[in-house]
Amino acid sequence: MDKLSVDHLLGIKYLKKSDINLIFKTAIHFKEVINRPIKKVPTLRDLTIANLFFENSTRTKISFELAQKRLGADVVNFSSSSSSVNKGESLTDTVNNILAMKVDMIVLRHPNPGSPLLLSSHTNSCIINAGDGAHEHPTQALLDCFSLTENLGDLKGKNILIVGDVLHSRVALSNIYALKLLGANIKLSCPVSLIPREIESLDVSIETDILKALKWCDAANVLRVQKERMEKSYFPNNREYSMLFGLDTNKINNIKKDILILHPGPINRGVEITSDIVESNNSIILDQVENGVAIRMAIIYLLASKMNFSIN
Amino acid sequence: MPRKVLLDSKKIDIILNRLACQLVENHKDFKNTVLIGLQPRGTFLIEKILEIFKKNYPSINIDSGILDFTFFRDDFRRSEKTLKASSTQINFSVENKNVVLIDDVLFTGRSIKAAMSSMDSYGRPNSIELLVLIDRRYKREIPIQANYCGAKIDTFKGDRVNVVWNENSDKNVIYIEN
Repeated sequence: MDKLSVDHLLGIKYLKKSDINLIFKTAIHFKEVINRPIKKVPTLRDLTIANLFFENSTRTKISFELAQKRLGADVVNFSSSSSSVNKGESLTDTVNNILAMKVDMIVLRHPNPGSPLLLSSHTNSCIINAGDGAHEHPTQALLDCFSLTENLGDLKGKNILIVGDVLHSRVALSNIYALKLLGANIKLSCPVSLIPREIESLDVSIETDILKALKWCDAANVLRVQKERMEKSYFPNNREYSMLFGLDTNKINNIKKDILILHPGPINRGVEITSDIVESNNSIILDQVENGVAIRMAIIYLLASKMNFSIN
Repeated sequence: MPRKVLLDSKKIDIILNRLACQLVENHKDFKNTVLIGLQPRGTFLIEKILEIFKKNYPSINIDSGILDFTFFRDDFRRSEKTLKASSTQINFSVENKNVVLIDDVLFTGRSIKAAMSSMDSYGRPNSIELLVLIDRRYKREIPIQANYCGAKIDTFKGDRVNVVWNENSDKNVIYIEN
C-alpha cells in the first residue's frame, strides 16, 4: 500500500496495520533527513498548518512545529489562553475562522475526548489529533512503537508492559490499539484504582505485582502520574506509589534481565521512575523524542500527499 | 508493446569503460571528487562504474554514496500517487567537493534538478557534474545537460527506455518500448 487509508489522524483506532507500516517506512527516511547537516526539505512549501493547543504541551508542540518546519510548511501557533475562546467562541467557529485564512491542516490538542472527530466532520480541513483528553494520543503511540521496533524488530509476540496511571492516560489507549495491530502482547501494571473499567475487553491482561510484570516483559512503557487530571486521591501518597509501582534500580536488578524503558514525558523523577533508570543504558526515552519528529514528519507528509494540489 | 533493443551487453560494456576513462581523465586521483548515484535506477549504474574502477584503477579510492531526492521533487500532490522515498546513504560532507551525479536515463531533467537541490543538504559543492548512460534528446523540460553521456537517442512522447541490469552482465540490455 502506498497511501494512508484515512484522510485525518484522529486516533489509532481508525488505522490499519498497513497504515502503521507505511508511516514507519516513511519515518525511516525522515529520520535520515533530520540527521543531515541541513535538516530541511521543501516538500510542503505550499501548505500552511495551524497548531491549536487548548492544553499545555512542551515536547509535542515543539515536535510538531519542528516536523512542519523541516518539511517546509508555514506554521501558525495558537494557544487557548490568549484567544477568543475565552470570550465564549465555540471550537468549530474558532477553527473555521482560522481555515478562512487559507490554512490547510490543523493539529489539535484539546481536553475534550472526541474533539478532533467533531472538527473533522464540521470543517473542511485535514485534522491531526495531538491528544484529546484521556482518549487518544496517536502520534505518541506511533513514535513509541517505532522506537520499540527499532530496538526489538517485529513486535509480533513481543511482551510490552504499560506501567502507571492508565486511567487518565491517552498514551495508554493509543499504545494498546497500536501494539495490538502490530501483534504484541500487552500487560498493564498499576494500582487497582487506576485501572479503567472494561479495559480487559481490549485483550490486555493486568498484573498488580510489578516485579512479576517486569520479569514478563521485553519493554516497559512508564506512564506519568497525572495529578492534574485527578479530582480525588487514587493512592495514599507519592512515596507509596513509588515504592509499589515506581521503576528503580532495586526492581530492575531484581528481575535479572535487560528490558527497554520508555517514557512519553514529562517525567516525575522519583515518582514513577528514578533518575538512574531514566539515564540507564536500557532507557530509550531520548530516542523516543528524536523519533517523534520523524514520525510526525511522516504523518504530515502522508496526509498532505492525499490533498491534491489545485492552482485555484 | 513492441520492443527495440538499443544497446546490447557488449556495447554497454564498452560505454561503461569509456565513461570510467572520462572520469579518470577529468578527476585524476579523485581526492576531491565524490560519486553519487541517484535513486532508484542510478544506484545500479554507480555500482557498475565502481566495479570498473576497482578492476582497472585499483589505486584510486573513491568516496561514493546514494541519494534519494523524493522530498525535493516538484510534483508532490500533483497526482493520486504518494511519492515513495528510498534510502539515502551519504556519510560525508560535499562541502567544496566536486560531485558527479550518476543516473541511468536523462529525460525531462526534473529529477536532476531535484537531486541538485537535494545536494544542498550535505554542503556547498565546488562543482556538480552529471553522468548518464542514456540521454533522451529533445525531451528536456528544463535546461539541464550531461557532462558524461553513454549514448544519445531520439524518442517519441510515450516511449519508455528501460535499462535492464542482470547478475550475469552478458544479459545487460537497454531497450525502448512504444
